[in-house]
Amino acid sequence: MVKGREGERVRLYVRGTILGYKRSKANQYPNTSLIQIEGVNTKEEVAWYAGKRLAYIYKAKVKKDGSHYRCIWGKVSRSHGNSGVVRAKFTSNLPPKSMGDRVRVFMYPSNI
Amino acid sequence: FPFPLTYIARLLRIHISERKREEEAESNQNSFAAMAPRKTPVVSRNPQLIRGVGKYSRSKMYHKRGLWAIKAKNGGVFPKHDPKPKAAATPVKPSKFYPADDIKMPLPNKRKAKPTKLRASITPGTVLILLAGRFKGKRVVFLKQLTSGLLLVTGPFKVNGVPLRRVNQAYVIGTSTKVDISGTNVDKFDDKYFAKAAEKKNKKGEGEFFEADKERRRASCHKTRRMTRRLSMQHCLNRLRQCQI
Repeated sequence: MVKGREGERVRLYVRGTILGYKRSKANQYPNTSLIQIEGVNTKEEVAWYAGKRLAYIYKAKVKKDGSHYRCIWGKVSRSHGNSGVVRAKFTSNLPPKSMGDRVRVFMYPSNI
Repeated sequence: FPFPLTYIARLLRIHISERKREEEAESNQNSFAAMAPRKTPVVSRNPQLIRGVGKYSRSKMYHKRGLWAIKAKNGGVFPKHDPKPKAAATPVKPSKFYPADDIKMPLPNKRKAKPTKLRASITPGTVLILLAGRFKGKRVVFLKQLTSGLLLVTGPFKVNGVPLRRVNQAYVIGTSTKVDISGTNVDKFDDKYFAKAAEKKNKKGEGEFFEADKERRRASCHKTRRMTRRLSMQHCLNRLRQCQI
């Protein structure tokens, strides 16, 4: 490894924002969330992200497994619309307070 | 002369091949009527027009296979072999235990797991980027794919601290950088090498730490494991140095 670059923080995920639940005008379906992935702006660009794992990480007051941080895992399932928004399903539905929060879009399962 | 030449040729050919078979049989010291093992694979003389429909009828095939010649050789009758003497049947003991109800047996599962298909971008010597796990973000050299489908990978340890390790293909990005590791011998390493019992072994550079019950196990495999790893990794390292990475 190049000496000067050790200790750098590597971000092996892409940043994403939780926009809300899949919904129509008056009904929402919380089992699927909508995620805006940074830098992804068209339906075609989403193809690379299909199937990639997502993690919604949040903090809690009570320590679980020795950590205040908790995680809900999910997967990118498909694109949503024409502008690069993505639908995702999580192991348990995202809590409504997560709207607007950060989500990590990992690069695995990788196909490169 | 009523018979065509081809017929005679066939007769002769069959006769000759029969002779050859006889000779083989004799050389194998079987009884003269036994069949010798085939040297060429069995090819059907009856090409299929459509699946299930052959070109030639039964009588024509009888002719083509030369069954008439075999019969002629055996005096007009198809040769019969005495059935092989059956091994004396071991007396079957009546079972001691009969279950009260009929037990449902699970259906037989004859599936054989294959190792996952290796991506085209990953060949021995490729530099990979690990995406997850303890060494995420590290660039690592790919050695080979193990029978379980996992990839065998090494830092090498001296370069970036990643030891000989197994990694799943899905958690890896293959770069286009390749290192020439031809000659690096990785045959010794397979999934069994990474089995749990061996995990208590000493790694390179760590201090000795003996426990009474594990002492013998460690002592026996310790030196050999270190040596095999050192030798193979040294080679890999040399290769890397040559590539000036």
